[in-house]
Amino acid sequence: MAFTDEALARLRADAADIIGRYPRPRSALLPLLHLVQSEEGYVSAEGIRFCAEILGITETEVTGVASFYTMYKRSPAGEYQVGVCTNTLCAIMGGDQIYADLAEHLGAAEHRGAGEDHGDDHHGDIVSEDGKVGLERVECNAACDYAPVIMVNWEFFDNMTPETARQLVDDLRAGNKVTPTRGPGRLCTWKEASRILAGFGDGQATDGPSAGPASLLGLKIAKDRGWKAPEPAGESK
Amino acid sequence: MTDTLTPVLTRNWDEPDSFTLAGYRRHGGYSAAAKALAMQPDDVIAAVKASGLRGRGGAGFPTGMKWSFIPQGDGKPHYLTVNADESEPGTCKDIPLMMASPHTLIEGIIITCYAIRAGHAFIYVRGEVLHVVRRLQLAVAEAYEAGYLGKNILGSGFDLDIVVHAGAGAYICGEETALLTSLEGYRGLPRNRPPFPAVEGLYASPTVINNVESISSVPSIINNGADWFSGLGTEKSKGYGIFSLSGHVTNPGQFEAPLGITLRELIDLAGGIRAGHRLKFWTPGGSSTPILTDEHLDIPLDYEGVAGAGSMLGTRALQIFDETTCVVRATLRWTEFYQHESCGKCTPCREGTYWMTRVLQRLEQGKGTDEDLDKLLDICSNILGRAFCALGDGATSPVTSAIQYFRDEFLQHQKEGGCPFDPAAATAWANR
Repeated sequence: MAFTDEALARLRADAADIIGRYPRPRSALLPLLHLVQSEEGYVSAEGIRFCAEILGITETEVTGVASFYTMYKRSPAGEYQVGVCTNTLCAIMGGDQIYADLAEHLGAAEHRGAGEDHGDDHHGDIVSEDGKVGLERVECNAACDYAPVIMVNWEFFDNMTPETARQLVDDLRAGNKVTPTRGPGRLCTWKEASRILAGFGDGQATDGPSAGPASLLGLKIAKDRGWKAPEPAGESK
Repeated sequence: MTDTLTPVLTRNWDEPDSFTLAGYRRHGGYSAAAKALAMQPDDVIAAVKASGLRGRGGAGFPTGMKWSFIPQGDGKPHYLTVNADESEPGTCKDIPLMMASPHTLIEGIIITCYAIRAGHAFIYVRGEVLHVVRRLQLAVAEAYEAGYLGKNILGSGFDLDIVVHAGAGAYICGEETALLTSLEGYRGLPRNRPPFPAVEGLYASPTVINNVESISSVPSIINNGADWFSGLGTEKSKGYGIFSLSGHVTNPGQFEAPLGITLRELIDLAGGIRAGHRLKFWTPGGSSTPILTDEHLDIPLDYEGVAGAGSMLGTRALQIFDETTCVVRATLRWTEFYQHESCGKCTPCREGTYWMTRVLQRLEQGKGTDEDLDKLLDICSNILGRAFCALGDGATSPVTSAIQYFRDEFLQHQKEGGCPFDPAAATAWANR
């Protein structure tokens, strides 16, 4: 499906903005791929053609790059992409059980992608029939002190259990309001998230806490016990 | 006597607006940048050298020395690339730092770029952390607005631009040369060295690549002095660092302490191993550092101490596993990770991680043999030191160390025809 003239004009303006950030245009390719993903929910053949034309490189070159990075989807992602961390620590803390429960809860048989050959990639995505929720395994997302962790459209949902995970997916499918543990008040759609990654903010940066409780644990203990970094020499009391 | 915990980078994280410019300036934010811009660039490099700061991204290379490798007066543009691609399993310090106090990083970038005479810096942040990307975007915009970035910063005549660049999901891009290749718009494949990035880095120009925490430590060194920093820590591992405890402790979290603190002290601060259980094994610095056991509770967590125990300090990512955890399952999952993330450029890593995964799957299902353990060790010896970059080396760490300490547990799987552990007992909600 070709982009409409309106979409093309908009994408070209955004692309010019992105390319302008870099000393060399080719550096803009990753954000440009996020940009085309924000338009269609995945990186389509049309999206690849757009990136190639804008940068004056071949579609093969763009495909080679897009296929290297797991965040670029090659088929439409869910509106809400649920990523369960199943790297070792989260898996052992319960991520494996959460993933298995959610796959069953979503009724894996109904899902597009189920049973498809993903080769050796154990991350193979499934998407619910209504296109609302995609489910995948993700690798360590740098939130191990909140394990087990789920990412929805790359926002943190900390300290999950099978029950809270199931509720989360049900709320997403029902269109109920869902708030990340450490993130904005309003959860972005997958397309909106991709646009932020392309470098276009959504004005929600000041939402949410500075840090979660685990991030603050050492600071809290230090304050409680009067522990501090030493004063610099000559300024000690 | 220095206190057990010494919050410096984490000091302001509990304030609701710590991530804003106003919140950061309330505690003297950007005073170190002003101070540095009034110094000679070489004096800034000298101060960071004298502080003894070593890279906080895992390798521990002296930061000031790295800066001094940048050729000066060469007529080429210089670049700073911040490695914010935090993806090493277990590592979770840079992400909360950038979420809570992105201006600490930006101030460090200004000082670093001034020192190495770079006019362009890139924050290569992993894409999978949307709210951190937002916070970085906001902080950079605020810093431009306030005149800390752009032309003639604080009237010094120094110009600097920062670009927040979101990655797209590839662990290999945390490897510094792969990061550069990715930032140039290609598949993230590592490059041969030499030439080192200090000579031919981004766009074949002199480039410094530093971890988020390394750069963020620089303002405190400029403000408080190199002696202040080197007065913390141990003889060869100076300063403070963030220690991240996760897994089977009562209260996981972040603890900022002088280098050299022990795991025994940290577990105590985290409320102990979860009730009714005992420590079985742990990673000192992420999955690429060989696992250690309860024999190693009292080693100083500094570069030399952990190396002396046969592992590496790495990123101080302390993943704690109690006796309910199957070490074969843990090793298999890490190996699957390395297989998934291997970029495919070199044969030892691409093929080695693939075949190790197959052998470990067999072992985990109780279908392995004694010879499989020898086979794994043989594959590891054919990867270690023969792979193109550190990803391959790292992939061997969990395998060789798990067999070293828990050989019998691998064999037990074989004897029992399957895994003797109940995965439900290891979950966060077991016994709840």
